[in-house]
Amino acid sequence: MAKIVVDVMLKPEILDPQGVAVSAALPRLGFTFAKSVRQGKRFEIEIDGDPTPAQLAEVAKAAETLLANPVIETFTVRVEK
Amino acid sequence: MKVGVVTFPGTLDDRDAARAVTHAGTTVISLWHNDADLKGVDAIILPGGFSYGDYLRCGAISRFAPVMEKIIDAANGGMPLLGICNGFQVLCEAHLLPGALTRNHELHFLCRDQKLEITNNQSAWTSSYSVGQEIVIPLKNGEGSFQCDDATLAALESEGRIIARYVGENPNGSRNKIAGITNERGNVVGLMPHPEHAIDTLTGPTADGLGFFTSVLKALVK
Repeated sequence: MAKIVVDVMLKPEILDPQGVAVSAALPRLGFTFAKSVRQGKRFEIEIDGDPTPAQLAEVAKAAETLLANPVIETFTVRVEK
Repeated sequence: MKVGVVTFPGTLDDRDAARAVTHAGTTVISLWHNDADLKGVDAIILPGGFSYGDYLRCGAISRFAPVMEKIIDAANGGMPLLGICNGFQVLCEAHLLPGALTRNHELHFLCRDQKLEITNNQSAWTSSYSVGQEIVIPLKNGEGSFQCDDATLAALESEGRIIARYVGENPNGSRNKIAGITNERGNVVGLMPHPEHAIDTLTGPTADGLGFFTSVLKALVK
């Protein structure tokens, strides 16, 4: 069994109010390391066996169609053992 | 003349939309998200609410509901289609309108009476208004900030496809204070505030919203 991970992030030019709120909360708790924070989504997709290139292409197609909105978001597809 | 009002699981404002259509003097046909048939309607409204619980992204799941396939075809064929609030989000997810609606810049859910300026009265849903007319209708959403890339924004501006803008302070961070837009043809309109909640002063702050529903009647009679 393999796990395919799709990470979805807002494009850099799109305002991320949630990330801004997290970024503002960190120093209040004494965490002063963050210059900025962006918040995204992670999808974990389990499949039987090792994924073939065709399956990965299909996942990428699904990410482009449903998991991410390409108008405002970017995504990456990777395999986690 | 029949106007379809679509109900998805989680839709809230279908009854008010239906009432507004009736008030404007048109017949309402209820459409269910699982219908693959538009029941002979002449125009369609996607009302507000939280379809499919806003899971994934607002409007992202609804966009693939069986009824949407027919609606997308009909809209591409020129049928008047109005998306209010969550309906606007569905139209963007369906790529019938450009851009996307994102979280309000202050993160708060807003619920208030909002002043708008009508900036295009050539669309199927805005012909009852005059350009520059100010109206007050309710605004209530958590993800109403209209975002798009610079090229899209420039095209919307130069083609006059912004149908309404927020007046005064920008409530949600929308680019260029955009409250609503239309497609190139003018038959598809997305609007974040709620005209269906302002069709008479008995139930709404004003009757300013009724014009959206009388406009479509004129568009259909033409």
